[in-house]
Amino acid sequence: MISIVLNGRAVTAPATPGQCLRTFLRAQGCNGVKRGCDAGDCGACTVLVDGAAVQSCVMPAFRAEGHAVTTIEGLAEGGELCPLQQQFIDSGAFQCGYCTPGMILTIAGFDAVQAADPARALKSNICRCTGYAPIADALDGIARCDDRVGIGASTPPPAACGVVSGTVRYAMDAPPDGLLHARLRRSPHASARILHIDRAAALAIDGVRLILTHEDVPHFPYSTGRHENFRDDPEDTLIFDPLIRFAGQRVAAVIADTAAIAEAACAALDITYEVLPALLDPTAVQDEGAPQLHAHAPRNVAARVQGQVGPHATIDEVLAGAAHVVDRTYTTQRLHHASLETHAGIAWLERDAAGEDSLVIRSSTQVPFLTRDTLARMLQMPRERIRVFCDRVGGGFGGKQELIVEDIIALATLRLGRPVALEYTREEAFTGASTRHPMQIRVRMGADAQGRLLGLAMDVLAETGAYGNHAPGVLHHGCNESMIVYNCPSKFVDGVSVYANTPPSGAFRGYGLSQTIFAVESAMDELAIASGIDPWRLREINMIRPGDPMISHHDTPHDVTFGSYGLDQCLVLARDALDRAQTPELGDGDWHLGDGMAIALIDTAPPRGHYAHAAVTLREDGGVDLDVGTAEFGNGSVTTHVQLVATTLGIEPTRIRVRHGDTEAVAHDTGAYGSAGIVIAGLACHRAALALKAEMEAFAADHQLGTDPGAIAARAASRGRTLSGSGYSDGSPRSVAFNVQAFRVAVNRDSGEWRIVASIQAADAGVVLNPMQCRGQIEGGVAQAIGGALMEEVRIDGAGRIANPSFRSYHVPRMADLPRTEVLFADTYDTTGPLGAKSMSESPFNPVAPALANAIARAAGVRPRSLPMRADRIWAAIREQSGEMSR
Amino acid sequence: MDLHGVREIVRPRSVEALPAWQPGDVMLGGGTYLFSEPQPAARRLIDLAALGLSPARREPAGLRIAATCRLAELASLEVASPAMSLFAPAVHCLWGSFKVHNVATVGGNLCLALPAGPMSALMVALDGLLCLRGPGGALRDLPARDFIVDFLTTRLHPGEMLESILVPNAALARQGVLRQASLTRYGRSAALLIGTIGDGGFSLTITAASKRPLRLDFGTLPSAEQVRHAAADALSPDILHDDIHGAPAWKRDRAIALAGEIAEALRT
Repeated sequence: MISIVLNGRAVTAPATPGQCLRTFLRAQGCNGVKRGCDAGDCGACTVLVDGAAVQSCVMPAFRAEGHAVTTIEGLAEGGELCPLQQQFIDSGAFQCGYCTPGMILTIAGFDAVQAADPARALKSNICRCTGYAPIADALDGIARCDDRVGIGASTPPPAACGVVSGTVRYAMDAPPDGLLHARLRRSPHASARILHIDRAAALAIDGVRLILTHEDVPHFPYSTGRHENFRDDPEDTLIFDPLIRFAGQRVAAVIADTAAIAEAACAALDITYEVLPALLDPTAVQDEGAPQLHAHAPRNVAARVQGQVGPHATIDEVLAGAAHVVDRTYTTQRLHHASLETHAGIAWLERDAAGEDSLVIRSSTQVPFLTRDTLARMLQMPRERIRVFCDRVGGGFGGKQELIVEDIIALATLRLGRPVALEYTREEAFTGASTRHPMQIRVRMGADAQGRLLGLAMDVLAETGAYGNHAPGVLHHGCNESMIVYNCPSKFVDGVSVYANTPPSGAFRGYGLSQTIFAVESAMDELAIASGIDPWRLREINMIRPGDPMISHHDTPHDVTFGSYGLDQCLVLARDALDRAQTPELGDGDWHLGDGMAIALIDTAPPRGHYAHAAVTLREDGGVDLDVGTAEFGNGSVTTHVQLVATTLGIEPTRIRVRHGDTEAVAHDTGAYGSAGIVIAGLACHRAALALKAEMEAFAADHQLGTDPGAIAARAASRGRTLSGSGYSDGSPRSVAFNVQAFRVAVNRDSGEWRIVASIQAADAGVVLNPMQCRGQIEGGVAQAIGGALMEEVRIDGAGRIANPSFRSYHVPRMADLPRTEVLFADTYDTTGPLGAKSMSESPFNPVAPALANAIARAAGVRPRSLPMRADRIWAAIREQSGEMSR
Repeated sequence: MDLHGVREIVRPRSVEALPAWQPGDVMLGGGTYLFSEPQPAARRLIDLAALGLSPARREPAGLRIAATCRLAELASLEVASPAMSLFAPAVHCLWGSFKVHNVATVGGNLCLALPAGPMSALMVALDGLLCLRGPGGALRDLPARDFIVDFLTTRLHPGEMLESILVPNAALARQGVLRQASLTRYGRSAALLIGTIGDGGFSLTITAASKRPLRLDFGTLPSAEQVRHAAADALSPDILHDDIHGAPAWKRDRAIALAGEIAEALRT
């Protein structure tokens, strides 16, 4: 037992000897104390102990004995938000909100030393969503929200108060009584066959309730990757597979009374493997005689895309007649999504009046409906008997467009009849989920003397790893918009995504484009240098314009149109801003400046079917209930949904109550991925609001009422009528959005170190529904992409294991690592999106790495063609080049 | 994180009350490392904070810093002698922020023996003399420069505890300069060097780039060029630390450059 003063209240409760303070506080109902890394690196669990900020996950619980502990729940006094909490709302200083309580408490613990250098003081706090700029604004008291309502107003998210006070619920918050805990045993081998699993020792441990292995679960081939059409991803995965294809693959689950018991029992499982040769090199997996990972995939090819357009048979023919030629290969690395909430979920059973049980799952997912549908097939249950929902998701970035934990907790709950939770550790988030696809991309391009592209060819080798989740989609998407953005008579694509005995790749912000755009835009810069044409001018000469055909490498009809076009504006905005940028004093050392830019085009929504339903109902009190299926993980979709409905109906946003991310809310929603939040779900919301508006107008006319919703609601209620409207969007036709990124960097040619001196992104998002939200998406996307361009890399060791599965060894950018990015918007009105809006969530990521590479190439005098462009690699490249020159 | 294998906490109120050492015992300093990774072998934590040692106190021979002195306490000591101005900068070289400084201890950082551990650099640079207490209560002194022998490896015997570090008066009187290189701003040290000058000449301590701290002593302050040469000779391939926080060749290059910078800085 330990006794503390918790938020001013004396509390005495049991704690196990090795328990950390975070676990103890959560057990007392302080759900605002978050688990992000469990290792003292991310700061999500920060609390104040006697007023001093500490990371409660690395503080032994017993050390708090007799001390006063303040959590986010204790910060608001008398129900009033403290000034810092209010400032976080006003500055838009959160997106998913998972880091927010810890961020606020860290700042609350500042003394004069920390306040003088907040970037240093916040080096143990990770925010993956915002890029920290609005947090810095909150520290400086700079507001971003406004009091206006309607389209174009910077309205705070409806959940804002809940986020800053720690009361919004994520997957593991407020668990049901009687909760059991699942833990997973994973393979240490990259390639092996399970010969035997001896569970006697594990079963002998008191408190073990269930062990699941491949012997205990349905043989159900599926893909963890989720799309509207489940056959879009190869069904190459089993719940548990006796054949091990990567180090980290799950081998067994143990469900027990506590996580500690489950963990001990996992370790006690005695597993006999036959270790097999592992294919770790993606360039060798197609070789004759290489072992085949999956029966359906000869030569280990998971997906292929090939095509060409134009008068020439080969790119070589085109290049032979070109004045300027580039032929280079670029390499992109594995990236970790680093959403601060790991994959997690809780399943339980609910009995209805007829005595029938339904399975209920709350999980951290971008795709509740698709998860439900897959579970229904997997478990052979009617869809109506399964509910999947998420209150708020602690970051996604594509990593939660996967079914990762829900199958285990569903199976366990159905067997045991009790609630079961599975929460990934941070290490598991690295080793047992997915990463960005590593790619090797050869680009060949030729231009005439005036810089007009004659031919463009891209050869892609993508590594999907052990399983093919998202392999086809990422490859196709990667080879699409990166090629469409330029007019060119001859285009060639030859891409393949291969299996290897490495951790599975999956969906990641940009969905293939961040890799291929790095290659194409780097090559364009090399072409600019080779031809002596200014890189901005080279884009203007070649970029696609309204009326041009949108052709990647085939001329198959499609549903993408120029709903609006702002690429030309973006180029001017970004270039002018870069020209205006002040360059600070660089100090001593061999510093050199360089400018770089890159452009990106993206379809505003995914192809092949993406659907959303929404419903709005006029409440008796004159407010409105909005039901929409899409999940909210900080993207701000729900904020814009409320704005669309409020504007259409002419009511205050605060009068709208939203239910979202719930299979019970509406008939169907494909999910929050592919930047669909505004253009598909938003369109459904807008249409639903229009339908309700028509209903209300008709009712008002029938009853000689004015336009006051309160009066209409009251009369409808008195007549026993409910006024409602529903809306639907099938995600077609689609439009295109644009992003232009410009950087000025300084590189120290002695040390290879870089500094970003200026960062500008101009975006064509159509009508910007909410500037605070959209700017936040862009700042956050740029920040995440700077991490991927300069710092981050998931490394695989010689045995196929992830070598750096922690935030200590995988460097996610901190506040001190990032520049301010100036965000500028083109002025366009999209004819396909809701009220002129386009998507803007994945795409800000895409032009960042090449723009940085192009700037660094000029500043360093050597061109980086692989990511990340760490200082030690720039240094080595400079050394190598000067060594070559001196020879 | 929760350390599921731990069965017991022992909170000795004095060094005399330290329990007899047994397998599975782990000394708990601040806990910021211990609770950051699974510790499957740990069964009993011996809470050194319970000893109630004075964080730092003046003795005739110098400044005695308790192993349990928290980094925040070290950084906020009043600078009463020239070398103490190194304390706060060294603390800020820790990868963790002020929240970790509030809890992590000087002794814990030393005993962890990470190449980037800033307390290693500081105590080696300041001729720290470690006071070690054996499981039977026997005390021995060991110069900090001899304490860390390899990556994560010290000369601590099983059951032996680091109790305090004496920074001698002569070292406190020296002028010092600290330089750090990292792949990222405020990031993990790739090279962390401290140079001091005073009676007895110039000394250079190189850490982070090397698997263990390196200490180079010079009778008088040499030229920057000479210091760079000496650092280059000392940073032989076998001593370079290879990890994700910088390629070994780059770390070496940075350490050599910083060594020269330190010599320049101490000349003026």
